[in-house]
Amino acid sequence: MQLVVFIVAGLMILGGAVGVITRSHPVHAALSLILTLFGVAVMYVAQEAHFLAAVQVIVYAGAIVVLFLFVIMLLGVDKAEDLQIEPFPLQRKTAALVGGGVIGLVVFAAISSRNNIGFVKPPQGDVVKAVDIVQHDSNLRRLARDLFTDHVLAFELTSVLLVIAVVGTVLLARRAPKASAESPT
Amino acid sequence: MTAIAAPTTTWYLVLAAVLFGVGTVGVLIRRNPLIMLMCVELMLNAVNLTFVALSRKLDDIGGQTTVFFVLVVAAAEVVVGLGIIVAILRRKPNATADDLAELKG
Repeated sequence: MQLVVFIVAGLMILGGAVGVITRSHPVHAALSLILTLFGVAVMYVAQEAHFLAAVQVIVYAGAIVVLFLFVIMLLGVDKAEDLQIEPFPLQRKTAALVGGGVIGLVVFAAISSRNNIGFVKPPQGDVVKAVDIVQHDSNLRRLARDLFTDHVLAFELTSVLLVIAVVGTVLLARRAPKASAESPT
Repeated sequence: MTAIAAPTTTWYLVLAAVLFGVGTVGVLIRRNPLIMLMCVELMLNAVNLTFVALSRKLDDIGGQTTVFFVLVVAAAEVVVGLGIIVAILRRKPNATADDLAELKG
């Protein structure tokens, strides 16, 4: 059963990914991206990362892809581009070589180390870590405990990052004020 | 070889590697800046999948915490990236990545 889920979700992921890079129409590419993101969410559920699966659907498939589609519609670039044009000679072949090399290297590393994964055990000292006590808690409870104890500073810093991103985007994307728009740029 | 009951961690790592490679090829061959940003999202998702797979294998919730932060940073990255793309395309309609070789507006 898990194998069936893996194969179906894997086909969703890879089919969507290939769709993103081969569809000439930006809207179709964005829809293929949704397929990939849902496949990854299914993988998260299969790996018992339930909270991340929910966040994946809400944030990625919900917010980010909608943002992409919004920008495509806003700018009116929803026209198919000609994929036959190859701007630099050998660009496609070189890209395929690089991509194949990356895949080959990482797959080789994953397969050659398949018996070593999990060899590094967390230290089993006399001190019983709080994580060990809550080992049987739900995924969300464990994640929250880790997030709000060990990584609480990083969590607060993400709020700073989001504020900076919002302010920066407003500055970037707003139209120039009338006074400076008339002056030559 | 015995019947494969459930996919092991290696399967997830291989799938994530292929997804990352497809995203890399996409960034390299596509010229539309929007599609290039989508391919960066593909690569980020491949890395997230690796984190979650190893988080389960090592029974360490820290991997999922990392994925949470990656999600937040990816959201911020998309917002800023799309802001830049909107600013560029408003100035030069139908610009591709090749037309943006210079920083001068």
